[in-house]
Amino acid sequence: MRKIDSEIISKNISQAVQTANFSLDIKLLSMLEDAVKKEQSSLGKNILKNLIKNAQIAEQEKIAICQDTGIVVIFIKIGNQIQIQGDLYEAVNRGIKTGYNKGYLRKSVVKDPFNRENTEDNTPAVIYIENVLGDSLEFNILIKGAGSENMSQINMFSPTASKGEIIDFIIDTVQRAGANACPPYIMGIGIGGTFEKAALLSKKALLKEKTEDSSIRIFEKRILKEINKTGIGPAGLGGIVTALDVRILKHPCHIASLPVAVNINCHASRHIKISI
Amino acid sequence: MNLETPLTENKINKLKAGDKIYLSGYLYTARDQAHKKLYELIENNKELPINIENAIIYYTGPAPARPGRVIGPCGPTTSYRMDKYTPVLLKMGLKAMIGKGPRSKRVVELIKENKAVYFAATGGAAALLSKRIIDSKVVAYPKLDTEAIRLLKVRDFPLVVINDIYGNDLYDMGKNKYKENKG
Repeated sequence: MRKIDSEIISKNISQAVQTANFSLDIKLLSMLEDAVKKEQSSLGKNILKNLIKNAQIAEQEKIAICQDTGIVVIFIKIGNQIQIQGDLYEAVNRGIKTGYNKGYLRKSVVKDPFNRENTEDNTPAVIYIENVLGDSLEFNILIKGAGSENMSQINMFSPTASKGEIIDFIIDTVQRAGANACPPYIMGIGIGGTFEKAALLSKKALLKEKTEDSSIRIFEKRILKEINKTGIGPAGLGGIVTALDVRILKHPCHIASLPVAVNINCHASRHIKISI
Repeated sequence: MNLETPLTENKINKLKAGDKIYLSGYLYTARDQAHKKLYELIENNKELPINIENAIIYYTGPAPARPGRVIGPCGPTTSYRMDKYTPVLLKMGLKAMIGKGPRSKRVVELIKENKAVYFAATGGAAALLSKRIIDSKVVAYPKLDTEAIRLLKVRDFPLVVINDIYGNDLYDMGKNKYKENKG
């Protein structure tokens, strides 16, 4: 058994949420740089250049990339050889509280959906725990803003639905999001499972690093191409770069079901993966 | 083009959808909860804590400022959530709004009718935008914290005109120009 003190977890989470809010990852930055070259609209090009400049300022001055420093969504993978000394949920939330205060990050979480009273420390996070074999402990952290979250959709298709119908639904979701969700987008798409599984997969897909299944890769590329025909463009001002990437995760499902969930992320896709 | 507040009719007449603007002067911040409060005061014929006539409202909830800074990162939030409260404010003389994303049909009509303007600031460029804010003070609803109404002084604040008094909408214009699937 590997023992881990919950205090170590808090410290690591505190640092990680600050880093994620201040620094865009290199892969995303290079996608934005490619987009500058590709984009035909001069207003759109200008927006993309400003986003790169914005990321540089945030990184240098240790200030948030976007004022919407989000609700924190964390996927935890915990090995069966790990024993946490203390409460894992409490440790994660304590880390967020410290990180959001130290990093001058906005507190955007309310206690109750109706009375809207702010918790004033950006907790609680939305936490998912997965058990794995071994002695590793991994936290995959997503800083999720509401502008893009509010534009996400789910649809329960008939099992005989075609890929074309699924694409139409995704395009419709992007059209509805339009300029609202801060394009160019990263698209997380969950296909299969059940109602809630598809939604969860779509969120997880935003963090997906690569696609090994070639038929899925082809489908992702096809969807990306269709999204970029909508003309929405950077910041919705018109252009050919409406999405930067499409990421699909799939899961077995019932013979009568074909759930499809579309979770949109803005261009400021802030995430970080840490292992303890 | 450079533009200074207050936005007189003459200045607003010159603005066209797609124009790049560098705005200098004063504007208020207000988002969901502040709009709700203002709206309730108006419905009950009570006095507002700010003067709406000729005012500019920026839909934003800034992050906290680091010590020595005027304000924290401060980009636009999505505007449609304010659409239900906006018509009455436009009728009271609100001259401009800054946010991101399209407005309701009703708001677009009233922008035209009341000779106002809707600008977009770049969503997600909050660090960059905060550099153009040279003064900030809370003027109403301090308990709302990030959602409080602030009076900001800005210099060369970069904006794009989305809806002008001629009924143009840059979001529609831009999309129609670049879309490949017609219909």
